[in-house]
Parts: sequence; C-alpha cells; structure tokens
Amino acid sequence: MSTDNLPGVPEEPIARLGMFGAGDSGDTSGYGRLVVRRPARPSAAKPYGGYFDELADALERAAGDVYEGMVERVVVDRDELTLHVARERLPEALRHLRDDPALRFELSLGVSGVHYPEETGAELRAVYHLCSITHNRRVRVEVSCPDADPHVPSTVSIYPTHDWHEREAYDFFGIVFDGHPALTRIEMPDDWEGHPQRKDYPLGGIPVEYRGATIPAPDQRRSYA
Amino acid sequence: MTAVHDGETAHAGQDDATEGRVYSVNGQDWDEVVQAVADSSEERLVINMGPQHPSTHGVLRLVLTLDGENVTEARVGIGYLHTGIEKNMEFRTWTQGVTFVTRMDYLSPIFNEAAYCMAVEKLLGITDRVPLRAQTIRVMMMELNRISSHLVAIATFGLELGATTPMLFGFRERELVLDLFEYITGLRMNMAYVRPGGVSVDLPAGAVDKIGEFLKIMPGRIKEMRKLLDENPAYTRRTKDVAYLDLTGCMALGITGPMLRAAGLPWDLRKSQPYSGYETYDFDVPTATSCDVYGRYLVRVAEMEESLKIIGQCLDRLSGSELKGRPVMIEDKKIGWPAQLALGPDGLGNSPDHIAHIMSSSMEALIHHFKLVTEGFRVPAGQAYVPVESPRGELGAHVVSDGGTRPFRVHFRDPSFTNLQAVPATCEGGMIADVIAAVASIDPVMGGVDR
Repeated sequence: MSTDNLPGVPEEPIARLGMFGAGDSGDTSGYGRLVVRRPARPSAAKPYGGYFDELADALERAAGDVYEGMVERVVVDRDELTLHVARERLPEALRHLRDDPALRFELSLGVSGVHYPEETGAELRAVYHLCSITHNRRVRVEVSCPDADPHVPSTVSIYPTHDWHEREAYDFFGIVFDGHPALTRIEMPDDWEGHPQRKDYPLGGIPVEYRGATIPAPDQRRSYA
Repeated sequence: MTAVHDGETAHAGQDDATEGRVYSVNGQDWDEVVQAVADSSEERLVINMGPQHPSTHGVLRLVLTLDGENVTEARVGIGYLHTGIEKNMEFRTWTQGVTFVTRMDYLSPIFNEAAYCMAVEKLLGITDRVPLRAQTIRVMMMELNRISSHLVAIATFGLELGATTPMLFGFRERELVLDLFEYITGLRMNMAYVRPGGVSVDLPAGAVDKIGEFLKIMPGRIKEMRKLLDENPAYTRRTKDVAYLDLTGCMALGITGPMLRAAGLPWDLRKSQPYSGYETYDFDVPTATSCDVYGRYLVRVAEMEESLKIIGQCLDRLSGSELKGRPVMIEDKKIGWPAQLALGPDGLGNSPDHIAHIMSSSMEALIHHFKLVTEGFRVPAGQAYVPVESPRGELGAHVVSDGGTRPFRVHFRDPSFTNLQAVPATCEGGMIADVIAAVASIDPVMGGVDR
C-alpha cells in the first residue's frame, strides 16, 4: 500500500496500541491496529485569565532573574493553574509561594505522584496542591524527574505536612526526596520490593472460576482502554 | 500466659529483644507487669499500642516512649489497611471507580463519591450541566453523612475514655441516618450513590417524609448528647486543655476540618470555595478557640446542628415545584448512566421500565446502554483537583485522565492521613492517658488513611 496520500502523523509517542487488549486470539474486532496518540502537551500563554496572571506576576517578581529557569511551563486547564517547576528550583519556588505577601499559599494539601511511562525524561511527576487562605486561591505545582534519576528535593522544611506525603510518593512511585528526614515506606511493608503505583508494576490477581467459566484477573481482561 | 518473659517465649527471641526486656500485656495481668517494671532499673519504657487495640480507632499503631506516665516520644505506624484502591481504579471504568472510592473513608462514603464524581465531571466539562435536583440530593446526602460520621466520632470517643452512654447514644442516632441511607440508596454504607453526572437513583416515595421525621427527632437527641457531655466534669477534665494544637501548628501540618476550626479559623470549603450550590444555603461555620479536644468536640456537635439546618433547606427545595420530578442524571446519553434502579421484592435492582424501553421500544437506547455499561465513556486528557469539606477536613480528589475509558491515576488527599501527622505534636510531653483523647479527637478513619 502506498502511504503517499495519507496525512502526516505527528511524531509524539503513542499512548495506546490496539483496543480490547486482545493478544491471545485473532483480532476479530478490527481495532487491533488502532493507534492512539498521546494528547498534545498543553501550554498556556499570557494572559492566563482570572487571578492566574496576578499570581504568576507575583511569583516572577519574587523570584527575579531565576523565574525563567524556575517555571518551565504554565498550563491553564479547566480553570486550574499548573506551574511546571524545574526540580532543582522547587524549594525556592515553594518558599516564594508560601512567604510572599502577594502569594501566601499557607496551606499545602500534600504531594501526589503520577507515572507517565511514555514521557521520556520526565516519567515521574510529583504534584503539589497549594491553597492560599489569605487570598482564597489555589495553584498546582508540578515537578518531573526521569526514571533513571528519580530525585526531587524534599520540601518538608517548607511545608512540614509533606513528611508523610513524600513518604507515600516514595513508597508508591520510587521518587526519592533528597533531604527528607526519614524517607521510608509508609503504606507497604518495609521489605516490599517495587513501587506499586508505577505503571510497570502489575496489578496482580488470579483468574476466578464461576460456574465453569473462568474470569481473568482485572488487568488481564479485554478492555477498551 | 505470663506477662513477663526473658526472651524465651514465642513473642520475641533473644535477638529481637536486644533493646531490653520485653513485656507482653494480654489483659488482666496489669499487676504483674507493673510489678515487673517497678523491679526493673530501666527508666525508659517503650510501649507498642496497636495495631489491634480497641482505643486506636481501627488498625493504627502507636509507638510511645514513656518516662513514668509522660509520653516523651510518639510515633505513628500506618499501612495496615492499605487495599490498593487507587491502583485498582486504573483497571476499571470511570463509573466503576465510584464503587471503589466509596470504600476508602468508610464513615463518609458520600463525600468520597462526591469528590471523585465532581473531579470526573470537571474533566468532562459538565459541571454546570449536572441537574439541580441531583446537586440538591448530593448536598442533602452529604449533610446526613456528616451527622452520621460526627456521631461515630463522638460515640467512639466516649467509649475510648470509658463512657458507654455516649457510645450507645451516638450509635443509636447514627442508626437513624443509616436507615435513611438504606431507604434511599438500598445500602447502609458504601452505597456508590453519587455517579458522574448525577446520582444513581431518585429519592423513593416517602423519603422526604422520613427525612422530615428525622429532622424532628434529631435536635432533641443532640440536646440530650450535649446535656450528657457539655458540662460533665469527668468529660471536661479529660478533654479541656488536652492535645493542644494552635493555628500555626495546624497550618504547618496541613490540618483541616474540625481540628482547624477548633483553633479559631473559620475555614470551611462549603463557605470559602463553595461547590454543589452550597453558597445558596443558609448556615454558619462553628468555631472554637480553645485548640483542645473539648473545642473539637464542641465544633463537631455544632456542625451537626448546622447540618440539620441545611438538610431542612434541601427538603424544602426537593419537594418544591421547581425541583419535584426533575431528572437526577445528566441528560447526555453519552455520559449519563442509562438505567434507573427500582425497588423490587428482593431489593434494589434493574428497573422493569428501563428494560422494557431498551428491549422493545428504542434501538438507540439499547446501543447507549450497551456502550456505556461495557465500554464506559471517554474522558478528555488532563488533570483536575476537586476538594470537598468532609467531616474530617479537606478531602481532595486528584484525578488524571489520558483520554481513555479508565482513570489514568486517582489520588485521594484524605484528611485523616494528613491529620494523623499531628499525633506527635499533640501527644509528646503529655500523659499517656491523654494519648487516647488526642487520637480520638483527630477522628482518623483508617480506611481513608491507608486507602
């Protein structure tokens, strides 16, 4: 088949291949070769709208010259502001967000890890949700680190509430928070191997037999994902 | 079973006991342990409390270092109830996720469901299209749930301090709420009632009257509870000036909910960042300034009274002409769960009307039903964080989608998890008896802590 007349395909890595997860038998669905590409990487330009501009300007004022190297990307999506911060600048950024009178994000709602195996060089993410009680605002700070070097500076000294949250992100994703006072597992047993919330960690489970039929484990079933 | 051993019994071998002598307390052997400790020359005593202990609110483990009766160090061990709910959800559809999140914090299932569903709705961009009747039912159910959760908090707290009457009162009153839940959703707990786009089923006939009756009974019952505890000297002596944590401490440790409001800050997301139409209800945010266990109790009781106010307003709206008979699920055939449930002789199940509709009158309805139930809907890629004010504080659902039919990642910022970090701050330097009061006033639910 000639491919000359087909539209060009963007070079982003694929998110999913096929459908229904059928690997054991012939593809009767016709969707076996379906390629689902990763969604485009969003990025917002000024003006961000709402209080987001004021917030970004205040952070830029507080950070000064290093702002360029600190905030790598700004995303405004679904009325939420996300600041993608370079990991080496994270403690500095959070300190400004907490202490600057125009920012005053006194309350941190903790750290949440996410694993994007397709995003080479930025597979692991630590996501911080901050809330300002003074100004009644919210912001999300996201840092990434590669799988090969899963290190993010600890921010327990800035927000003591991150103590357990960072331990949880370490336990589930293997993100090492440098400078954490006692980075140990928190949910899994101390001698557990692997980090269960990572995408390359299997869900596990056994097939269940019911009235002669065998139902595979949830991650082995055919699915539309 | 002897209370003291020198390292030869099954509990700890010689090597395990290198830290010193090990005492195993099995109940009714207190005199022997006290005698043995008195005979020993050790000044420092490390007590392991839990994870199986009636006063630790579930499977919570506390490691307490004692100097006499003073706690010099308190360490918390969690993880005994970790069930991998967040991981499991990545292998189910968005709608199925509701049945998982409802099992996290099992004393406030409606809040888990609401936070998750509102996050999914935000990702779908349908927040404004969720029917008003569904929003009002959600608010009513959340407030009923707040009452039942606070009742358990106060009841178990009483029991842990050695008072059985508050426990009996609290659980008796909670039963009234659970009966309402059963009547409305079919289940007393873990009801998976709130769904993306609305709620699973409309209020059954008679529900409004039943809730009305509950609203008549409840103020008197709360008054009874207040009469029993508010000025009870045995109670106030165990709670006043115990487990002090001021506003600075709360902010640093990320504490929210009644603990924060007992430190004087009227921070309640229902008022400060309203959702589900909370800005249209008339209620107050109770606070206390004592920063202690007693203040947290007062805040909880006052919150129950405020919740009753909100429920009353919900009932007026639900039975008013504007909302009566209106839909409770989004009118978008590609998202809204198609089947309404109906109460049959054997319990809540598929509605015969719906089955007749899809099987004999509408081909499109059958297709939609089939696609939604087997495949589910797709959610545009992105992430959302939606916080709600649960009985224990800010419950946040951080939901990430990659554009598929299943969540890419769901993380719950459970208030119990964060608030438990306050145990060392509230217990160290106090008496060991106050540790129980301190932990109980945090009101942790281990299902939510460990998820």
